Amino acid sequence: MRISPTKFISLLFLVLSVFYLYTAYNIQVFAFDENAPFNARTFPIYLGWAGIILSSLKIILPEKVTTEVNHKYLDYKSLIYLIIISLIYAAVILKIGYFISTSLFLFASYYFLGERRWGLMFILSFPFVAAFMYLLHGLLNIYLRDPFLKYIGVMG
Amino acid sequence: MIEGILIGLSTALSLTNILMVMVGCFAGTIIGMLPGLGPMTAIALMIPITYGFDPSTGLILMAGVYYGAVFGGSTSSILLNAPGIPGTVATAFDGYPMAQQGKAGKALAIAAYSSFAGGTISAIFLLVAAPSLSKVSLAFRSPDYFALMILGLTAISAFSSKGQFLKAMMMVVLGLMLATVGQDSLSDITRFTFNNMNLTDGISFVLIVMATFAMSEALTIIFRGKDPNRAAKQISLTELGSIKVNKEETIKMAKTIPRSSILGFLIGVLPGAGATIASFLAYGMERNYVNEEEKQKFGKGSVHGLSAPETANNAACSGSFVPLLTLGIPGSGTTAVMLGALLGFGIQPGPRLYQTNPEIFWSVIMSMYIGMVVLLILNLPLIPYIARILAVPRNYLIPLILFFSVTGIYLMSFNNFDIFLMIGIAVIATFLRLYDFPMPPLILAFVLGGLMEETLRRSLLISDGSPNFLWDRPITLIILLITITIVGWQIFSTFRKKS
Repeated sequence: MRISPTKFISLLFLVLSVFYLYTAYNIQVFAFDENAPFNARTFPIYLGWAGIILSSLKIILPEKVTTEVNHKYLDYKSLIYLIIISLIYAAVILKIGYFISTSLFLFASYYFLGERRWGLMFILSFPFVAAFMYLLHGLLNIYLRDPFLKYIGVMG
Repeated sequence: MIEGILIGLSTALSLTNILMVMVGCFAGTIIGMLPGLGPMTAIALMIPITYGFDPSTGLILMAGVYYGAVFGGSTSSILLNAPGIPGTVATAFDGYPMAQQGKAGKALAIAAYSSFAGGTISAIFLLVAAPSLSKVSLAFRSPDYFALMILGLTAISAFSSKGQFLKAMMMVVLGLMLATVGQDSLSDITRFTFNNMNLTDGISFVLIVMATFAMSEALTIIFRGKDPNRAAKQISLTELGSIKVNKEETIKMAKTIPRSSILGFLIGVLPGAGATIASFLAYGMERNYVNEEEKQKFGKGSVHGLSAPETANNAACSGSFVPLLTLGIPGSGTTAVMLGALLGFGIQPGPRLYQTNPEIFWSVIMSMYIGMVVLLILNLPLIPYIARILAVPRNYLIPLILFFSVTGIYLMSFNNFDIFLMIGIAVIATFLRLYDFPMPPLILAFVLGGLMEETLRRSLLISDGSPNFLWDRPITLIILLITITIVGWQIFSTFRKKS
């Protein structure tokens, strides 16, 4: 039997709702609040049941409109590259600071998306991020944490 | 009243104040376009600057910043599908598809005209009916708010999901589930944090909206890059920047603006409801009003679909000043910041403001209106240049959208857990969008989640746990009956199509 992707997603949502409901019943509330008409558990419990009912209906009822996706046209490779670059960016932003990590992220993204005009890639990464940081930090006085620039004395 | 309007006009039209409103509009537009920075931040940034001015000038500057930031938010919604504030999420439904068709200038112009018209009509309402409308705002109780939010969520599921009501309702539940992560507002008990300190404060709105709209849009463009149906069209720069609105489109706007203004203003008057519910309800209502042919265009670049939420969110902005100026109750985050600024000037808004400081009361109202006029005059010539953002090649635009999204989150928390979380949510959203699970209901549910739980809590405590609160009050009952009608209509139309 072949299960449609929509029904498969609904099945995952059903599992999530069951887990959510189980966690909701296990929320610790104060002893005096245990039998109150409304406590920290009440709303999540309603939501858990709503999720179970809706996803079950979606699984049981026949599909009126089916969504067809042609996997031949999906570019998994570029998507995975971009996600990996974003994850590396998130991992290093605190360590090497906003300026360098963001500039490198932009430069690498341009490269993986097929750009090879090195001059333009450079301008739209390092000087661009510097200008953006100046707008935020210098002009609008919005604090932008960057331990590296602070260390070399560029930022106060 | 005429005397008051003249006092307000003479104050607002002085050279210094006109200059202030221009500076405010310009600064507000720039700040509003930046990720994660909405009108609330923009006004908060201006407070220290305005303390050197007299109260009227300070408030006029803030009014300019306010409208500028709202317009800036609409700009990023339309061009990048990256709404920075909840009030402009519905603008992206039709604004972004219109921009993708190479009509970015037109979309921005329609947004500007609609905002202006919505603001004008609601400013007139504000002038005429502010004191009496404050009573309406007080008449709404917790059960009514709860019912209103249920109506908003049902309406958005019914009208924005193109016949996939159950999928949209699942997204509503998912949005509400995400909103429950973090500390419970009353008891401070942490829920669904799994002992992770980063989740104690809950998930921020900007994170959710950037993940589900901007970042997932960028990932979708890359993911479906080989799809011949979605191949980038050759867009001419002249057409992209053109702000010409033809006669047919003007007629469509003329039909939409009055009804969306009234709805937006009335919703804006209710404390807590604000521009978000107003814009979503206006979008849903408009889809219900138009004929079958126009209905099919919703979500694909409909003029009605763009004009309605833009009109309503601006009308609601003016409406939200009613409880602030007449009762001293801020109805939204932005008006709460405005209240702080007013108190800083030594002005106590409330029922007596109208009598004790008429010049302040009227100059705030008049300056809001002048702010909108200046915004329109200043921004229309800039639209052709702003719209050219879309002419940036995909290889550059996608990384820049990702950079925008990540910066918005980093600015708020300075930790990388939120960035990881955003990437995770964006990847899930990309796959959900691939199979037509709509994101707008999730966003609205997430925004309303906290308030919905709060009003349900109050209602149940007042009724001692009984569900009677749902039908005890006529307002609650009427709103719930409308909701039941919408659900019933969805079920009926499903069976009708099957048969």
